[in-house]
Amino acid sequence: MRVTFQVNGRPYEADDVWEGESLLYVLRERMGLPGSKNACEQGECGSCTVRLDGDPVCACLVAAGQVEGREVVTVEGLADLARERAEGGCGTGACGSRGGGARSTAARGTSVDEARRWEARPAGAESGARTGESAALAPVQQAFIDAGAVQCGFCTPGLLVAADELIERTGQPSDADIREALSGNLCRCTGYEAILDAVRLAAARSTDGGTATDGGTGPGEGTGTGSPAAPAAGTGA
Amino acid sequence: MGVTRTPTSLSQGSRTRGGIGESTLRPDGTLKVTGEFAYASDMWHEDMLWGYTLRSPHAHAEIVSVDTSEALAQPGVRAVLTYDDLPTEVKTYGLEVPDTPVLAHGRVRHHGEPVAIIAADHPETARRAAAKIRVEYAELPVVHDEASATAPGAPLLHPNRADDHGRHVPHPNIVHRQPIVRGDAAAAKETADVVVSGEYEVGMQDQAFLGPESGLAVPAEDGGVDLYVATQWLHADLRQIAPVLGLPEDKIRMTLAGVGGAFGGREDLSMQIHSCLLALRTGRPVKIVYNRFESFFGHVHRHPAKLWYEHGATKDGRITHMKCRIVLDGGAYASTSPAVVGNAASLAVGPYAIDDVDIEALALYTNNPPCGAMRGFGAVQACFAYESQMDRLAAELGLDPVEFRRRNAMSQGTFMPTGQRVDSPAPVAEILRRLKAMPLPPERQWESAGRSGTATDVRALPGGLSNTTHGEGVVRGVGYAVGIKNVGFSEGFDDYSTARVRLQVVGGEPVATVHTAMAEVGQGGVTVHAQIARTELGVTQVSIAPADTKVGSAGSTSASRQTYVTGGAIKNACEAVREQVLQIGRARFGTYHPAWNTAELLLEDGKVVTDGGEVLAPLAEVLEDETVEADLEWRHRPTEALDVRTGQGFGHVQYSFAAHRAVVEVDTELGLVKVVELACAQDVGKALNPQSVIGQIQGGTTQGLGLAVMEEIVVSPGAKVCNPSFTDYLIPTILDTPTIPVDILELADEHAPYGLRGVGEAPTLSSTPAVLSAIRQATGLALKRVPVRPEHLTGT
Repeated sequence: MRVTFQVNGRPYEADDVWEGESLLYVLRERMGLPGSKNACEQGECGSCTVRLDGDPVCACLVAAGQVEGREVVTVEGLADLARERAEGGCGTGACGSRGGGARSTAARGTSVDEARRWEARPAGAESGARTGESAALAPVQQAFIDAGAVQCGFCTPGLLVAADELIERTGQPSDADIREALSGNLCRCTGYEAILDAVRLAAARSTDGGTATDGGTGPGEGTGTGSPAAPAAGTGA
Repeated sequence: MGVTRTPTSLSQGSRTRGGIGESTLRPDGTLKVTGEFAYASDMWHEDMLWGYTLRSPHAHAEIVSVDTSEALAQPGVRAVLTYDDLPTEVKTYGLEVPDTPVLAHGRVRHHGEPVAIIAADHPETARRAAAKIRVEYAELPVVHDEASATAPGAPLLHPNRADDHGRHVPHPNIVHRQPIVRGDAAAAKETADVVVSGEYEVGMQDQAFLGPESGLAVPAEDGGVDLYVATQWLHADLRQIAPVLGLPEDKIRMTLAGVGGAFGGREDLSMQIHSCLLALRTGRPVKIVYNRFESFFGHVHRHPAKLWYEHGATKDGRITHMKCRIVLDGGAYASTSPAVVGNAASLAVGPYAIDDVDIEALALYTNNPPCGAMRGFGAVQACFAYESQMDRLAAELGLDPVEFRRRNAMSQGTFMPTGQRVDSPAPVAEILRRLKAMPLPPERQWESAGRSGTATDVRALPGGLSNTTHGEGVVRGVGYAVGIKNVGFSEGFDDYSTARVRLQVVGGEPVATVHTAMAEVGQGGVTVHAQIARTELGVTQVSIAPADTKVGSAGSTSASRQTYVTGGAIKNACEAVREQVLQIGRARFGTYHPAWNTAELLLEDGKVVTDGGEVLAPLAEVLEDETVEADLEWRHRPTEALDVRTGQGFGHVQYSFAAHRAVVEVDTELGLVKVVELACAQDVGKALNPQSVIGQIQGGTTQGLGLAVMEEIVVSPGAKVCNPSFTDYLIPTILDTPTIPVDILELADEHAPYGLRGVGEAPTLSSTPAVLSAIRQATGLALKRVPVRPEHLTGT
């Protein structure tokens, strides 16, 4: 079958889609958007979380045919979404579709040559990320890097989409709100403390118009992590 | 950060930005948050096929016949391979003992064993074709525990064993047995005022890394294959793959693809050989990606264990002796069971000074799922048992459990039961003291956490959003535990790593390139490698080359060893590069300034400087267009095998210590547990990247929490896996995981690079018994098994 829908603001048409294919498969294998992850493919881990007309959903549980005529935002679209939000737009699909050029449909997955290009960024780029490369990142993405919320990173895309939606919806979520909103996203590496730090940091920065960079949750001094006496440590869920 | 004892040799390049000791950010962080980071399951290639594995539905059966003809006839199916298609006489593999069939032949020994592999155009086509393969099985009786495995007439898992351990085990269904005897436990028992004994049980835990087993094999024109895969040790994979394919190792070019966590579960091969076989057969690239169901069958698990312990103590709180017997279930194939046995035995005493011990540890062959490496590696099981014993001894003596532990804590100079003297700091008493001194979290937080001030926030209660209590029947408990873990490969293993470091001028700036085969599995090795290069070479620009087999082995990303060993190798290679740079500088500029030949020289901030701070020349001027490179192996100090009968020997490179305090609230009516806080204190020697160290400690702590209250692969008496999904195998969510305050000590180990101590595993040990101790305090129940389930608490 043919499925026509919007992904990250661009129209997309997929042909020869088998009826049993999930949205996740179409994104990853037909569209070259492997950012949404395949950790369980049964709706338990949240690693494939995307927004469907604004709502966070597990892409593995959405049949490709169900997205006909609808709008999807993936981790690859978070930076654009944040920019549109900052400019007063909507961007999630919750308030109608956006324009944009058609995406090439030739790309699928990550080619071996592309995969080879991963290299360490020099120190300057890392520590200056907020002023340099951060232009391309959504605040929640930068906060995850800064707070040490990324280890293996396989849960990260789903968490970012869910956390971004939470901050968009609530502004300044409490720790209990964060835990509730992210309870469908499994992480096996971090023990979640740094993820809480990251969401708090992203929320603080978004309130301060993106300028709050040193609210005590920067690298190496995360609230609730460094010292048993840290005031934010005992709040729990 | 508390006590610090840092070696003075740290001064090289210490003013260079982004060096060791700073919380520099991950170099792969940006790609990971944008979705661009290429994990193994994201790989794609023109004309790529999808591989799939047909697995045994039985735990033990004879394979009577296999008919692949119908599967092969399906449209889109390109190959179906069985044992008969294997290209060489080498048809098995294994990390320590090559007893694992690439594809089953004649007999399957566990539920989920691979029987056939398929390549097809679409993953669903491959899955459906697998269902058309007709395998006729004749079921055989299973052995599933010590009694059935060693009973007279028990079926033997591997009747014709040729491995070294086979000669000294009391039964052929025992993989390996390690006794450790020191002093005279029987005589020492006579001096005890109290004796406490008990049998403890640990369930089968899964690593549950989120990135499933995956990889892409691309056939090459020279008859070889390029393999992109998520693994923990490229070169160990290569050593096992090559003989099965019948290719020289240089024709199998392996590159590390993005790894979505590991925790030991990627030490053994999974889809590596299968994808290569299919690629070489079809002449097309083949990608295999396990789904979560298959992943539960596709890797080994943590050994479930039964542990019997006896301790005695005098009235003044001194432990007189310890006797124990640890039985680990290794499942159908050896995997790393022999090394797990060695660890369980040599660390069975815990971080305590006990002179008279009598220890026996063994691993069984059974028809249960194969078990092998998981974070903590034999030390986790023992820690749960000995720490449970410590609480009981303290209670018998009427002593505070922390005070009792402190009276018996080992310290630098203590002899291990193996006769090995602990020759670096062992601050067991200190980390316990620090935990005890931490303020406790406030009581009844559910009352204060409500938005209106007085409301009940059920999210802070056991049962959470299920709204099962508003505080009725909820009791708090506090528990402590401490553990000891070895760092690095032990028992005489040649545990080395290789680093290739290059320094050259690019665009007027000195740039270092670090190339190793280290598997970055999420731990942040790439971050600290760049930091080490900055500190040692005094440059800020460092590139980390992709890990592959074009460079020598880096050893495994396991045993908390990579920062120590590959970090040590990078430091060593950088020192060689630095020496060459200084030689070039002396030759070019030595005649112009005497300091080149008389002063101690450092590389710092892109310059050659004297130890007095005088700048001699920028690196760019010293090097000009020269490239300086070093490619060197580096080893930590050697260890020795443990004596087969007495267990004596210098078995371990280094020990690491962590302790936890757990605060829990238990709904005693429903048996639901909420862990409110799980504090950790750990000595890390030197925190090369404090943010990463804290991340390791919090992550390890959480896996220990999972083992305490929820994580278990349930295996039926018929040896079938009952819960291979995240619906039924639960790992902690952000709602289950409490605040984890971390207190880091840095007491340098003078034997290790920068004084560092391996970090990753120790926090996984004591987390579990600390939670259990707290639940026992809240409920008054004995609780000798983990994970604890609600029915254990309610008695229903």
